[in-house]
Amino acid sequence: MTDIGADKGFPRVPGSEPSRGEVDQPTGTATTGHEWDGIKELNTPMPRWWLWVFYATHVFALAYIILYPSIPLLRDSTTGLLGWHSRSEVAQEIDTAETARATLYAQIRDLPVEEIVRNDELRETAFRGGASAFKVNCVQCHGADASGSPGFANLQDDDWIWGGTLADIQTTITHGVRFAGDDDTRYSEMPAFGRDGILEPQQIRAVARHVLALSQSGEDNAEGAEIYAQNCASCHGERGEGSRDMGAPKLNDQIWLYSSALPDIERQITAPRHGAMPAWGQRLDPATIKQLTIYVHALGGGEASTQDDAATQ
Amino acid sequence: MELIKPGLLFLAAVVAAIASGLAHDTQFAVHMALFAAIGLGLAIWTITSSDPTGRPKPAGLDDGIYMDGPIRYGVIATVFWGVVGFLVGVIIAAQLAFPDLNLEPVLNFSRLRPLHTSAVIFAFGGNALIATSFYIVQRTTAARLFGGGLAWFVFWGYQLFIVLAATGYLMGVTQSKEYAEPEWYIDIWLTIVWVCYLVVFLGTIVKRKEPHIYVANWFFLAFIVTIAMLHVVNNLAVPVSFLGSKSYPIFSGVQDALVQWWYGHNAVGFFLTAGFLGMMYYFIPKQVERPVYSYRLSIVHFWSLIFMYIWAGPHHLHYTALPDWAQTLGMVFSIMLWMPSWGGMINGLMTLSGAWDKLRTDPVLRMLVIAVAFYGMATFEGPMMSIKAVNSLSHYTDWTIGHVHSGALGWNGMITFGAIYYLTPRLWKTNGLYSLRLVNWHFWLATIGIVLYAAAMWVAGITQGLMWREYNAEGYLVYSFVETVAAMFPFYLIRTLGGLLYLTGGLLMAYNVWRTIRGENTQTVPVGTVQRGGLLAAAE
Repeated sequence: MTDIGADKGFPRVPGSEPSRGEVDQPTGTATTGHEWDGIKELNTPMPRWWLWVFYATHVFALAYIILYPSIPLLRDSTTGLLGWHSRSEVAQEIDTAETARATLYAQIRDLPVEEIVRNDELRETAFRGGASAFKVNCVQCHGADASGSPGFANLQDDDWIWGGTLADIQTTITHGVRFAGDDDTRYSEMPAFGRDGILEPQQIRAVARHVLALSQSGEDNAEGAEIYAQNCASCHGERGEGSRDMGAPKLNDQIWLYSSALPDIERQITAPRHGAMPAWGQRLDPATIKQLTIYVHALGGGEASTQDDAATQ
Repeated sequence: MELIKPGLLFLAAVVAAIASGLAHDTQFAVHMALFAAIGLGLAIWTITSSDPTGRPKPAGLDDGIYMDGPIRYGVIATVFWGVVGFLVGVIIAAQLAFPDLNLEPVLNFSRLRPLHTSAVIFAFGGNALIATSFYIVQRTTAARLFGGGLAWFVFWGYQLFIVLAATGYLMGVTQSKEYAEPEWYIDIWLTIVWVCYLVVFLGTIVKRKEPHIYVANWFFLAFIVTIAMLHVVNNLAVPVSFLGSKSYPIFSGVQDALVQWWYGHNAVGFFLTAGFLGMMYYFIPKQVERPVYSYRLSIVHFWSLIFMYIWAGPHHLHYTALPDWAQTLGMVFSIMLWMPSWGGMINGLMTLSGAWDKLRTDPVLRMLVIAVAFYGMATFEGPMMSIKAVNSLSHYTDWTIGHVHSGALGWNGMITFGAIYYLTPRLWKTNGLYSLRLVNWHFWLATIGIVLYAAAMWVAGITQGLMWREYNAEGYLVYSFVETVAAMFPFYLIRTLGGLLYLTGGLLMAYNVWRTIRGENTQTVPVGTVQRGGLLAAAE
């Protein structure tokens, strides 16, 4: 802090430079003779190690340029002595992985899901492949642990809107739900009872309370039961048991797609939301869909296929 | 004659007001209204402040031998924008840990993130560079700034650029190019300001009274010229309308990506490295009062750094659609950059030869020196991460964020803090800083903050990289992306804490600078004597 105020005038003018070769006392090195605002420069040689490492990086660079694609030419570039190419490297790695699992994969591709699950080795392989495909394609909506979130079905329980047998799950994954680009997609639509003026607001409140009563979650009421029987039972069943053919969710259990709160149920009756799921058959190969089917089926809620049992007998 | 300047300003204000009225989007209307208001205000100010009687003006800021007014303002702007930038950084770090802190749409992560990067790089770093380069070029050429009031235009024009960019981000104006987010009309404004900056700087060098050009000025000139080139080329775009904010770049696809990272990497190379090396080459020898270690090293590392940096950009695009040959060249030039970068570190550190003991007693010098240490660390890490095998693990992970911050917080931040502590008492001609002890606190808060930040991001980045590439025996991916996000939570918390410490240090600096400018001084015992109990007791 000693030279504060030293800026009072231009510090020096040309011609007053110290002579070249003045020796700096603490280091014993000569200065260059230049000086700016009191700053001098030592004439220290470049550190040897610095220079050698600098050269070494150039040698490395030169060798790398010879070995790998590096110099752009008119149409292409030099290929390098190693003939390495990033895209063929990826292709090769994918190839290796595919060859390694080719036998089992081919069997999964060719056999129906019901057959695959009867073979322990195939089932295990399909389960692991399905788990991986699930993490890439399904977790965004159904969650990393497949337990869903409001509006996205929980796949760990045994409550199925469109059916829980292997065949049902395979169909749902292949064709999706309310997916515009697939003619065989699962489709259901609940009328907007409030928005379209089918029911009055107090009727909706009554029927919502009846819906809660179906799952023993609240007081029932006669008006709501009456409205339910006339408007809802045809799809959701007389006692709220639901219909998988219609894609009408079960209402008499404690599992809710959106919410079990009364205002949410009223909102759903007034103007229902309808979730959608892509038709994965258009995006994934059949073997991956089978693996996903087996994985989802094994999460806890998979149902035995009666048809399949009959066929084996 | 007296009315030409206010007349032109008024005319410009009218044009801006018309553009504001005819604008296709509110963002453009707001910005043009801002231009109109400033033009009108300046026109009125020019008329009212002109004195036809010809009385001598009262003594002003710039009456000394050197023109220090814009530099004083620059120091204050640097401190102000620094605190703003650090604060926004802490907020977005917290948003990453707790997504509920995203306040839609104005204060969500995607609008605040460019606000943070632009505030710290261009507002904090840019003001520091402009102020210190104006200070250094005058002292080392023994000449007053060239161009008269042009230096003031550079200062205020640059602040206007910052305000336009920042308010634009919050309103959603962006061309989605990293570190080059401002839209076409803001880019044009910055180009005008930058060319004036070049004129002032180069003009001062041309009229210098010293026979040689000091090394700091080589670096500043390289920084100003290269940034002009990078800014113009990367921002070549066609506006959808001259009355709207949106534009589209003239490059597309992989060409656009390459131009963007040619710009992006050299913003690091020339803005955050060359410019700040200019600061380093002045403030370290001045503060330690020793000659620069090696003139020859400064020549060789300057030219090798300038030549190599410009080719290293493609290492940001390893394993992408960029052709293999360009990736190879990006990598080998990055590796060859290692020693040119370290040349600056050696010259900075070894300038302390014969005076290492000053580190014990001078916290300002300690700040400048740890900056150089972080510079050395970051410029080793960079070439290492450019190696394709390392990059295949580190790319797209938080390791990159950690790398950038050990450079930005450690090197750019610390050297700027040191420069501000050096400049403030000299510019305001006070008897030293208000408190050296606060500088010491700032030093430790910032250092611990950086260590927490960098260490958390190393662990986070390597964890992410390993989780993303983990395959099981059948060749299937083991983790979903969201599982890798969830694994980041503790590290994001540590990062936020590190940022908070760094921000606290910045606030201490602002307080210290403010009290220093007011001419206050605690007159405490020098820092190094604290350990000796007897002296301290005697002093108290």
